[in-house]
Amino acid sequence: MDGFFTFAAERIIPTLDAGLWTSILMIIPASLLGVFIGVSVGAIRVYGPRPLARACDGYVSLFRGTPLVVQLYFWYFALPYVTIGGVSLVLSPIWAAIVGFGLCSGAYQSEYIRGGLLSIKHGQLRAAQALGMTPFQTIRSIVMPQAFRRALPGCGNEIVYLIKYSSLASIITVSDLTGMGRSLAKSSFRNTEVFVVVGLYYLALVTVAAFVLRVVEKKLEIPGFEVKRDEQS
Amino acid sequence: MDDRVILRLENIVKTIGGQRILDDVSLSVKKGRLKVLIGPSGAGKSTLLSCINFLSPPDSGTVSLDGVPVNGKSKKELLALRQQVGMIFQDFNLFDHLSALDNVRVALIKVKGLDKRTATNRAMEELARVGLADKPSLYPAQLSGGQKQRVSVARALAMDPKVLLLDEPTSALDPELIGEVLTVIRDLADEGMTMVMATHQISFSASLADEFLFMEKGRIVERGTPATLLARESGSRTQSFCAKLSELAGDGHCEIAPPPRA
Repeated sequence: MDGFFTFAAERIIPTLDAGLWTSILMIIPASLLGVFIGVSVGAIRVYGPRPLARACDGYVSLFRGTPLVVQLYFWYFALPYVTIGGVSLVLSPIWAAIVGFGLCSGAYQSEYIRGGLLSIKHGQLRAAQALGMTPFQTIRSIVMPQAFRRALPGCGNEIVYLIKYSSLASIITVSDLTGMGRSLAKSSFRNTEVFVVVGLYYLALVTVAAFVLRVVEKKLEIPGFEVKRDEQS
Repeated sequence: MDDRVILRLENIVKTIGGQRILDDVSLSVKKGRLKVLIGPSGAGKSTLLSCINFLSPPDSGTVSLDGVPVNGKSKKELLALRQQVGMIFQDFNLFDHLSALDNVRVALIKVKGLDKRTATNRAMEELARVGLADKPSLYPAQLSGGQKQRVSVARALAMDPKVLLLDEPTSALDPELIGEVLTVIRDLADEGMTMVMATHQISFSASLADEFLFMEKGRIVERGTPATLLARESGSRTQSFCAKLSELAGDGHCEIAPPPRA
């Protein structure tokens, strides 16, 4: 490890910092997209009209049942050849990655949300109905706030996963943390140092995310909805 | 007291899973009166109440509120109907993620479209009315059963209902908490709230009700004033049912009771 710190300071860190932004710029929109899809699809699967709910079930089985790498290949390499009405869509690597991660994450998120929705006691829906709330108002004001709190630990977990599987973006040529790390390792032949530091970068990202999630959980915490830490771990 | 009929049910029929839960039930409630539904479990009392606000829509028959028949096909009419018909459930059904104040306030804001301040004032008034002015910020998980039921009464009252439906409001409560809820119901009756209540608290409701309706197998089999139906020599189903209940409860009397312990 001779000159590790000099090498780290002069080469690894500047290179990875550039990749870090790319990673963050993928992770944030992809996780927001994932949560958005998860909430909508989860709600439709539980409360939506039957055909739509079945379609959403199909979406979830498809995206949970195929490898993420294959999905990424599809969005980046195969999509340009899919022509509908003479139009084909070409996604830039980073957009292909965001779409791929968001859709995959959304499938998992919808499972957590669905579990949260199913935990709401039916009586509360009747009470909301009896007060004259529309189904949409009921879902928005009564069901979702509770389902989201119940689903939060699972959703947070999924975001942590997303941070790590974002490293797959490098295989569709995105210059993210992993991509930048790999090119540096190739050109410098210092695989050990480079990949150890890459690993530390992900660890730092996950730590920050876990901290933010903890703060959100604390903010949303109300009596009756405490996250029971000892049971959870 | 004016004699306007607030709520009228005509020939209500409801079938669930091939079974006739309600079989040609009719009744009418005048303004400020309390009708009490009595009868064994499975008689159709709860179903009848939820047919009134179409939480479980009747298969046939007419529900009229304030002289206007409700068109069950129109979603808009149903939403309007439910705003005018308050409902109290056996197991309270408070919104678990909302404080007592927000439980009362949420429909005022979302359904009635009141601004936040007006809604808050109104909600606080109703909480005070049920004796919970000092607990607006507590969540359901922090309230006792009796307090939860009182919040749910406040929640229903805040909507200014024309009639209040109470579905065994004290059945899920520990015995020592029943009194506080009964007191609230008594106050409502005294203030002239129009109510239909299913209950097993027969001696309590006898002092407030203007009519008892005894239900069995989806039909109203007896109706009359509490005094008539509970008279020892009446030989009514109501009287024998009441005698059986009080025997089970061990308090041994079944007549028009003195005011409840408050």
